[in-house]
This record gives sequence, structure tokens and C-alpha cells, in this order.
Amino acid sequence: MRQLLVTAAFIGAALPASAYSVYVSNERGNSISILDSETLEVTDTIDVGQRPRGINISPDGKRLYILTSDDDHVEVLDTETKTITTTLPSGPDPELGVLHPSGNPLYVANEDDNLVTAIDVDKGTVLAEIPVGVEPEGMGISPDGKVLVNTSETTNMAHFIDTSTHQIFANVLVDQRPRFAQFTNDGKYLYVSAEIGGTVTVIDPANQEVLKRIEFAVPGIPQEAIQPVGIRITQDDSKVYVALGPSNRVAVIDGKTWEVKDYLLVGQRVWQLAFTPDEKYLFTTNGISNDISVIDVASDKVIKSVQVGQQPWGVAVSPN
Amino acid sequence: MTDPLRADGATCCRTILLAAALALAPVAATAADVVATGIVRVEANSPLPLSRLRLPPPDLGFAGAELAVADNNTTGSFMGQEFTLATASVPPEQATATVEAMIAKGIRFIVTMADADTTLAMADAAGDRALVLNASAPDDRLRGEDCRANLLHTAPSRSMLTDAVAQYFVTKRWDKWFLIEGSHPADKDLAEHYKTSAAKFGAKVVEERVYEDTGGARRTDSGTVQVQTQMPVFTQSAAEHDVVIAADDSEVFAGYLPYHTWDPRPVAGSAGLEPLSWHAAQEAWGGTQLQTRFEKQSPRSMRSEDWNAWVAIRALGEGATRTHSTEFAKIVEYIEGPDLKLGAFKGDPVSFRSWDGQLRQPILLVAGDMTVSVSPQEAFVHQVSTLDTLGTDQPETTCKNHG
Repeated sequence: MRQLLVTAAFIGAALPASAYSVYVSNERGNSISILDSETLEVTDTIDVGQRPRGINISPDGKRLYILTSDDDHVEVLDTETKTITTTLPSGPDPELGVLHPSGNPLYVANEDDNLVTAIDVDKGTVLAEIPVGVEPEGMGISPDGKVLVNTSETTNMAHFIDTSTHQIFANVLVDQRPRFAQFTNDGKYLYVSAEIGGTVTVIDPANQEVLKRIEFAVPGIPQEAIQPVGIRITQDDSKVYVALGPSNRVAVIDGKTWEVKDYLLVGQRVWQLAFTPDEKYLFTTNGISNDISVIDVASDKVIKSVQVGQQPWGVAVSPN
Repeated sequence: MTDPLRADGATCCRTILLAAALALAPVAATAADVVATGIVRVEANSPLPLSRLRLPPPDLGFAGAELAVADNNTTGSFMGQEFTLATASVPPEQATATVEAMIAKGIRFIVTMADADTTLAMADAAGDRALVLNASAPDDRLRGEDCRANLLHTAPSRSMLTDAVAQYFVTKRWDKWFLIEGSHPADKDLAEHYKTSAAKFGAKVVEERVYEDTGGARRTDSGTVQVQTQMPVFTQSAAEHDVVIAADDSEVFAGYLPYHTWDPRPVAGSAGLEPLSWHAAQEAWGGTQLQTRFEKQSPRSMRSEDWNAWVAIRALGEGATRTHSTEFAKIVEYIEGPDLKLGAFKGDPVSFRSWDGQLRQPILLVAGDMTVSVSPQEAFVHQVSTLDTLGTDQPETTCKNHG
């Protein structure tokens, strides 16, 4: 039944939509799986360095930055030739990164060293090392590129960093183990997930005031299993998707009222999320079931799951 | 709880204080508010472990406390707060004097690693002048009839540990137990807890034997041979059982049980599958990060006592961060209250039970080099927190002096 619906959807959308490349890092598989966003099939698997976690695609789609945590550097995948062309210095244990909207620099969180490193991706040099709290992970950047936010998992803060000076100018205390920071596209709000706290905090970036703490409840799921991690927001800022870890759900939040509208059942231990540029699909990495789930954004339905490599962690989609 | 802490604002006020301090004492370098902590390890004549791989490192517990202070100070650098640590390793007769000396130096948070009686003596010596955090003694009476208002426990109680084992074997349906206990009082106490846990979760002790410690049978060549060779015959002709549970707090025989039992059965408890608050193999829930941070600081692996000390001082750090205060009363109120939800690398947030001061926490079940499982097991539910399925719950508590 579901198969039929999917097929129908494909026929309906076949002409206008273009196929994007979906990149998934496999933390234990030490590989990148590449999927076609239309056929939803794995087309390539590329061997990379040790423990690839965060991945970022360049604005022109030509380069994929792969944070190979146990190799203590960033590998650059040429998306045309599908080969690793170069490595960038990142400092130890890079976990999650974010690109400046211009595509340079790349900011990465060095989980073991309480640092955020700014890397010039063209020159392959380190621009700055910024001391932050214990176990930095979440990395968000304002749409204008002026404010970088890092979250530290043991210090439990969102650190606001001025990208022109590389200095912290504010710290906001959030709930336990903040994992991810995501600005809205209009730059007016910042969402920060707290894995152990089980919440998402909404912050006004202008004055760093906490506006709301969003809580979650899934019937039949113990509260401890609700562990918010990855966050993605639609272009019009109307819907906020939050991966809820071992509860195997993705929450859909109304971007205006901050009410949770829905919980979508996905694979096991859902970590990170990424949209296709046309926002037709949202992909989730499911760390324990070794697959990704495909969410149809218009209907908020999970339409498919696709096996990838061992322990999928990060996901990024080509812009074209 | 979620107030923004603006670094610029904090700097402004601190600068004024700093200027004043400089006027008085030009060499004073820090203006941070200080939380002084101490850790006292009381060196008793506890038995050495049967395996030399388990000999206690000289900085056992201290290294965990140091890591927590470093963690707290990284956070503190954004808060204008600083943690300090004093360490003391003393014989039992100097325990209370050490507590007095620490209090005299302004230390009001004292982590202890001692046996039950010495822990109580130190808590009573401190009175309302200091909060004592027990990072080692597992005795349930410290959380029950002998509980104290100023005493918290980050070390799991014996009943939490035995409940953790029981939940796992009941889940596995390995519910017929052959219980072997040592002849010392601590072994008897541990065996009683295994019996209580069996009854609580629906397992059955089908056979119970006491292994008498006749002395001289320890880690010498002859001792090894002697105890080891006794094990097959000692375990012969037991009622049909699924698993052997060893209650050997005194380190006399349990290490020799695996692979020497008469019947081919797994061993758990004091050897084999062991319930622990921490183990170097633990990787889930960010555990790898804690392990690598610890190993970078101290060139060895992190043990349960280190985690117990680490989590005690991290709780204080969390109290100082969340209350924006280094005041004793405010930190104590916060960490003992309902808002503490400390991330502790074991999946669930940990907090202190209001009725007896025990840290509610998951328990690792470890065999050899691997974490086998983590209790509480999924099947066991609780109306408040699944963590409260381990150990003494509020309705059963005999503690009258806490909370």
C-alpha cells in the first residue's frame, strides 16, 4: 500500500523536481553513503577516515567537509570525482561543524579540547581557536554570519561568539547536555536542544534572553528516552523539526506558537536531520537501526527508510 | 534556571570588585567567587583485590575529583566562579581531625572515601558546618537508620547494586540462583541484599552456601592454588540453578569462581558480571568523552570511585552554575532539590533522593572488558523515576534524619 503511494508521489513530482545528492556519515562504518533524493537509493559508498560524524556541504555543492573525529582532521570530498582531495587541520576530535553562509570559514567544535576552531577552507589554515565550555558540540551561525553559537555539553551553555573578533560576548545557560544550535532563517530566534534535559530552549539572539523552554511527551515512551539532538527549520520558519534520540521520534513544532504538533516515528536513536533544498523531504540519521528515514515535509509522514552504513550520524544534502 | 548570563555584564561588576581588591592587596590575582572542596580518603586495612590488575591506584578517587574541579572551572570561567580542591589520605584515627582542618580552611563540601563507621564519624564531626558526600561506602544503613541530614551518597548502595543484578537476570529469565557468600559480616550483609532483591523482582535463591575464610588463602601462590582448587568441589551437587551469585565483599573467593564451578554456569555479583557505578569500557551516552578526558589527565582508566567523586563535585558545580552563587546554603538547597538534573554519562540525568540523600543513577553491569547491560532494565517501571526501581524507594525508607 505504502509502496503504491510512494510510486504515485514520484510520478506526480517526477518532472519539476531535481535529484539531489544526500550524504550520510557512518560513524562506525568509517564511510559516507551517497543517496539519490528521488530514487531514495544508495548510489555510492565512499571510505573515509576514522569516525566520521558532522558533515557540511559547500554552498556550491562541490565540496563535502567530513569531520573525521578520531583522525583529528577534516577531510574534503570532491563531490564530482567522489574522492577525498585534501584534509584540513581542525584540532583534536572535531565533532560538529557549521559553515559561514559565504562558504568560508568552517567552524568546528573540538569535543575533547574545549575549543571551537575556525578553519579557512580555501587556504587550509586555522584562523582561530576559541576556548569554550566542556565538551563543545552544537554549532549554529546567524544568517548574516556575524554570530556563531557553540553549545558545550557538560558546561550546559550556549556561547555566543562574534565571528569578526572570535571572542565570546555572551553565555546562556540551557538544560543538560546541549547538542545542537539552529538559528531561524530570519535570524530572530535560536533553538538549542538539550539531550539529557529533554528540552529545546528558544533564545532571542538579540539580547540572549530565554523566551521559551519546549518540553516533549510521547505516550508510552519513558521521559528519559526523549533526548533532543538535531534541529532543522523550514525556510519560512513555520515548522521546526527536532530529532528525539532513543524515543525514535522526530517532533514537529509550530515555529510561531512553539507548540509541539506531532511526533513522527522514525528509526532507532535518531541523531541528525537535513532537508532537500526544495523542502520536499527531510532525512533523519538513525544511529542504532543503521538506516535513514525519509519524511515527506508537506504531509509530515514518514514514507520510507533506507539502509546505509554502520551507525549513521551526520547528514547533508547538495544544494543543486 | 535559564537566565541569560551575559559575559559583558559579569565583567563590568567583577572589574569593580577586582579594583577594590587590588587596592588592598596588589598581588591578589583572582576575583572569582570560590567554592572550596575537599576529598578525604581514609586508608583502612581493606583486603587487597585477588587480581593484581585491580590494585587501587594511588590517586583513586582523587583523580575523579580533580577532573570534576577542572570541568567546573571551565564552566566557572564563564560564571566568575572558581573551584578548589584539597586532598587528604589519612588513617582512620585522623579522619575527623582532617574534617576539622578542612572546615577551618573554609572547605564546606567534603567528599569522603571511607568505611561506614568512619563516614558517619566524619559527617557528625562536620555537623551543619559542611556537606559530606560519600563516594565509597555502600552500606544501606548510611541511607537508612544511620542517615544524616548533612550526608549525601554518590556511591550506589548495596541494595541498588543487587537490584541491578536481579533486574537483569529476571529479564533474562535466569531466575534460579545459587548464592555463595563469604563468612565476614560485610559478605553476609551483601548476601542478605541479594536475597531481598531476588524476592523483590521474582528470582529464587535455590541454594545458599557459605565459604568460610580460614585465612592465609589469599593472593600467594599456595593461596591461589588452595582456594581455586576448592571451588569445583565446593560448588558440587547444588540444586539446579541458572546462575551463581557471589557475595564476597572481603575478596576471599569470588575471583576464583568463574570457570571453576562444578556446573557450567555464569557467575555474577562479586565476580563475573559485576554491578558497578562506572567502568573504563563504558562508551555510550558520551561516555567516551569522559573516559578520554580522564585518561588525558591521569594516565590510567577511570574507576567507580573516580566516577563517584567526579559526580559529587560536578553536582556542586551544577549547583553553583544554576544558582549563580557560590553560597553554601544555596548550592546545598539546589542540589538536594527537585531541579537537579545532572548529565553524568549514563543516559539518564542523575539527582539526589529527597528521602535519604542517595544519588539515583543507572548501574552498569560489566563482565571482563565489556558493558553487558545497564540497569534499570526496561521492563521495570516506576510512577516517578525508573531509577527508583533500584535501591530503597521512598515508602520503604527508614531514614528519619534526612530531608
